[in-house]
Amino acid sequence: MPWHEQIGRSLVVAKKDVWIYYLKGPVIIFGLIFPLFLLIAFTIGRNISARELFPGVMGMAIFFTSTAVGPAILPWEARSRTLERLVCSPVSVWALFLGDVLASFFFGLLISLAPLIVLLELGVEIQNILVFGVGMILATFCFASLSILLSVYPPTDVPATVMMLSSLVRFPLVFISGVFLPVEELPPWGRAISSVSPLTYFIDLARYSITGTSYYSISLDLAVLLFFAIAFLLVSIKLHERFLPQRLS
Amino acid sequence: MNAIEVLALTKRFNGLTAVDHISFGVEVGEVFGFLGPNGSGKSTTIKMLTGVIRPDEGKAVIMGHDMQREPLKAKQMIGVVPETSNAYIELSAWNNLMLMGELYGVPKKRREEQAERLLKQFGLHERRDSHARGFSKGMKQRLILCMALINEPSVLFLDEPTSGLDVESTRLINDIIRDLNKSGTTVFLTTHDMMEANQLCERIAIINRSKIVAIDRPEVLKRMASGLQSVEVSFQQVVKAEALSAFARVRQVEKRGDRLRIYAEDVDGTIDCIISFANANGLKILSLNTIAPSLEDIFVILTQKERPETNHALA
Repeated sequence: MPWHEQIGRSLVVAKKDVWIYYLKGPVIIFGLIFPLFLLIAFTIGRNISARELFPGVMGMAIFFTSTAVGPAILPWEARSRTLERLVCSPVSVWALFLGDVLASFFFGLLISLAPLIVLLELGVEIQNILVFGVGMILATFCFASLSILLSVYPPTDVPATVMMLSSLVRFPLVFISGVFLPVEELPPWGRAISSVSPLTYFIDLARYSITGTSYYSISLDLAVLLFFAIAFLLVSIKLHERFLPQRLS
Repeated sequence: MNAIEVLALTKRFNGLTAVDHISFGVEVGEVFGFLGPNGSGKSTTIKMLTGVIRPDEGKAVIMGHDMQREPLKAKQMIGVVPETSNAYIELSAWNNLMLMGELYGVPKKRREEQAERLLKQFGLHERRDSHARGFSKGMKQRLILCMALINEPSVLFLDEPTSGLDVESTRLINDIIRDLNKSGTTVFLTTHDMMEANQLCERIAIINRSKIVAIDRPEVLKRMASGLQSVEVSFQQVVKAEALSAFARVRQVEKRGDRLRIYAEDVDGTIDCIISFANANGLKILSLNTIAPSLEDIFVILTQKERPETNHALA
C-alpha cells in the first residue's frame, strides 16, 4: 500500500483524535487550565516587559499544550477496546501513531495562538517572523512526538497514570530549559543540562525572533529541534510496536 | 484458494503456550465455527488471524495475503467484530461508520451509500445521529457489525457476536450472517452457543488446551459420539429405571421427569426390547423417541478429556 495512502489514514486517525480527545478532562486540565495558571504565576508580579516574557510564555504554552493530548490517547483507546479495532484495520503502526502526533500537534498549535495573539496585542514585535514560524511549527511537532513517547510505558489502560507519569518528565524539562533564566545566565553545569532539552532551543529561537540575539546559532536551534522531532517520532513508533501486544492482551 | 489458511500457528505468553501449532483452512464462502472453552486459545487465534498480535511460529494467510508479510493487504480484505463492544461511544452511529470507512479507504460516496444501507438493514437508521454512548448492548453490537461491514469484506471475523444479547438482536445478527454467506462472504465465527454453531456453521473446529481436537462438519462431529445415542420413552404407568437396565447392551438408564432415557449401543434393538417389555407387562407407551447426541455433547466430551489420545475412543 503506497505511503501517501497511509499518510491519508494518519489524517483520519488525527481527525478521530480531534473529535474524541480534545474535550477529555485530562486534556483540558493539562493542556489548558494548568498552563494558563502557570502562565499567570509566571507573569503576574514580575516587573518585566511583555517583550522579555515572550520567549518563556511561548515556550511554556507550546510545550504544555502540545504534550497534553498525546499521553491520553493510547491508554484511553486501550481501555475502551477501540485500540484493537484500529490495529486490525489496514493502517500501519507508524501511520497510527503519526496520526496521534498530528492531533497533538494541531492542538498545541491552535491553543498556542491565543498567548501569541495576546502578546502581539501587548505590543511585542516579532522581527523575524519566518524563523519564529518555522521554529514554532518544528517545536510543536517535536513536543507532540515527545508526548506520544511519554505514553509508551507503562502499557497501562489508565489515562491518569500516564498523565501523571508524563508530568514527571514535563516539569523538570521546563525548569532546565531557560524559561525562567536565559541560558547564558546559567552556570556551566546548568547550561550543560539545559542543552539536552529541546525546549531550550525553541526558547532560544523565540528570543532571537524578538531581540535578534541568541545563545546558540539559529541553524543549530532549528537542526536540534528537527533532530529531536524525528528521534522522538521514530523511537516512540518502535517502542509502541514493541509494547502494543502487552497493551492489547 | 482458501479464504483463510492457517499453518502451524503458535503463540506463547511468558513461557505458556496459548496456541500450539494449529493448522486448518477455511474455504471461500464458508461459515466456519471455532469453538472452545474459556482459555483454550480461541481469542488468541482470532487476534493472530486479524493481525492484532503476531504469532511466534507459523503463518496465517487471508485471501492469499500473508498476515505477517502483507498485513495491510490482508487487513484490507477483512471485517472484524471483536468480542467486547468497541464502537467510539463519543461519536454518533453515522460518524463511527464514516471513520471506519475512511480507515479502510472506502471512497466517500460509496461509504455513505454503504452506511445508509447498513444502518437501515440493522435497524439503526433512526438513531444514526445519536451518540453510541446511549445505545443498548444489542444496538452497540449491531453498530459494530455495521462498522465491520462498511468495507464490504471478503472475510468476516466474528468473536462471540451474540454473547449476552437479547433474542431480537441475536436473531437479526444470525439472519444477516446467513445473508452475507449467501452473497459469498466467508465467515469465521467463534461462539459458545452450540445451537448457533450448529445452525450457522458448515464446519466446526474445536480447540482445547491450545490445540485443535476436532475439525469437521457438525453432523459428522456428532457421529463421533455414537455411544451417546439414546432412546427416550414415557409409559402411562410408573416404571422404575432398574427394570430397563436389564436390556441387552444398555449402558445406562436415567430418569428425566416422567421419561426414561436409555443409553444403548444398539438403538434399534433397544426399541424392540422396550416394545416387548411394554407388551409383556401390559404397559402403554405414551412416547418413544430416539435422541441423537448434540453438538454440546461432543464439545463437552472433547474439551473435558485430560489427554488428547483418549479422544480416539469416541470415533
